[in-house]
Amino acid sequence: MKRRDFIQQTAAASALIGLGGMGLSSFKPATKKITILHTNDVHSHIDAFGPDDGRNPNQGGVARRASLIDAIRKENPNTLLLDAGDIFQGTPYFNYYGGELEFKLMSMLKYDVATIGNHDFDNGIDGLYAQLPHAKFDFVSANYDFSDTVLDTHVKPYRIIIKDGIKIGIFGLGIELEGLVEKRMYKETLYLDPTETAQEMTRILKQDEKCDLIICLSHLGYNYRNRPEKISDLKLAETTKDIDLIIGGHTHTFLKKPTVVKNAIGENLLVNQVGCYGINLGRIDFYFDSDKNKAANGKSIIV
Amino acid sequence: MNYKHFILLICLVTLSSCKQDSYLNKIEGKQINISDSLQPDKTIEAFIKPYREHVNANLDSVLAYAVNTLSKSDGEYNTAIGNMMADAVFEQANPIFKSRTGHDIDMVLLNHGGIRAIISKGNVTSRTAYEVMPFDNSVVVVELKGQQVKELLDYLVRAKRAHPISKLKITLDKDTLLQSAFINDKPIDLNTSYFVATNDYLYNGGDRMNFFKTNDSLYVLDYKVRNVLIDYFSETDTLRPVIDDRFIQLKN
Repeated sequence: MKRRDFIQQTAAASALIGLGGMGLSSFKPATKKITILHTNDVHSHIDAFGPDDGRNPNQGGVARRASLIDAIRKENPNTLLLDAGDIFQGTPYFNYYGGELEFKLMSMLKYDVATIGNHDFDNGIDGLYAQLPHAKFDFVSANYDFSDTVLDTHVKPYRIIIKDGIKIGIFGLGIELEGLVEKRMYKETLYLDPTETAQEMTRILKQDEKCDLIICLSHLGYNYRNRPEKISDLKLAETTKDIDLIIGGHTHTFLKKPTVVKNAIGENLLVNQVGCYGINLGRIDFYFDSDKNKAANGKSIIV
Repeated sequence: MNYKHFILLICLVTLSSCKQDSYLNKIEGKQINISDSLQPDKTIEAFIKPYREHVNANLDSVLAYAVNTLSKSDGEYNTAIGNMMADAVFEQANPIFKSRTGHDIDMVLLNHGGIRAIISKGNVTSRTAYEVMPFDNSVVVVELKGQQVKELLDYLVRAKRAHPISKLKITLDKDTLLQSAFINDKPIDLNTSYFVATNDYLYNGGDRMNFFKTNDSLYVLDYKVRNVLIDYFSETDTLRPVIDDRFIQLKN
């Protein structure tokens, strides 16, 4: 690290001396923008709801989502597409094809990373494993230990993606399976404490990997008002640090806008979830500046 | 400064711009509704089409014919649609259970709330089964001791709802007290145990049917209730279930 700083400073100094007026600014943009798009709990809703649907008429649909994502990617190529789990179960497509079509379509939409929801075990851990060849994106889960299952080595705790020089660390968290999913479905999957796991992940991603942005893909659920002891996205946000964004799922929570939460050291982060069934797409834009002074004045959050 | 130095400088500057630290200073968040104002992507649409057509053709292929419209609200203590479902569970699941355990299912208990749609008069398809049973609940068989069967009876007598049953016969007197109860046409013996087929939702305490939880043994058949219906419809040409005397109240 020291050496890199040295080269940087030397380079900057030499450039200023040697090139005079050209300066640094002519070689790179002053700000960078990373766009995060996300879905959760799509539950095999491939087709849009019909006009006669009692609750969500004419909403959702993968083909429409595809054109929206395409337009956003054209506007900003530095875009990541993420899913917070429960891809499976909810329409006959899942019953007929076992998740094959869901994974193929998500691959065509160029999803980057997804985490695993409880319903993704609905055809058993073997049913999920069988569909993995259709997924051209990665699954992350840091608190499911799959060591003694078929998913061993197929699901990583986290993934790092670099876009426009910005290092983005994405880790996954899943909900406790006992009592929610039958044991014969998840088999020897071990559930680890989400808070402790998140602390371990942020240590790795922030301190070791020096990520510029840390995103938690969570299927823990937004908030459990009647069970305050139960871990949720809001609780996780308040009790950890160094996470910039928690993308949630499980509770099918429709939020008017992303929630701003103060973390354990008083810094703001965002918690978001976009309902379910592919009715909405979440969009979070992160703006980076090379000027440290701007950041020192505190980041502004516009929701 | 010579030419080589200049190249070196350019390289260093380029390098430094890649290694330039970036500081997060603004975040904007919003939600975009996927509505019909968005044009569907043609490639995606074309990719889905054959899957959709196959699913729809399969869902809409005619399996049986319903002589009348069947609704769970037609009937007081038992309904035609509930009787059909409970009988279908017995008929479809018993051969599987018997081949695995050597025992017969003694009775079936489902829940009235679990019938999610009517069956309209006319053609019956797989889609009908998805409408009636959209959930993925599966058939399980639980061995209940006499005491738990008594709790099961108390539950049904108290609930006074047309929970679907098969092979169980309950008669209430005019004051809605239990007058008699038979399993397989025999009076219930509290000293023996019975194999009761239900679904995993109820086994796990759904609808407060807590008597299932205190059982000795559970048999998971890996047979979804919806598939029971699809198989039953496939094997039955004409559906004509009726309200019968399996659960009644005497008027005097």
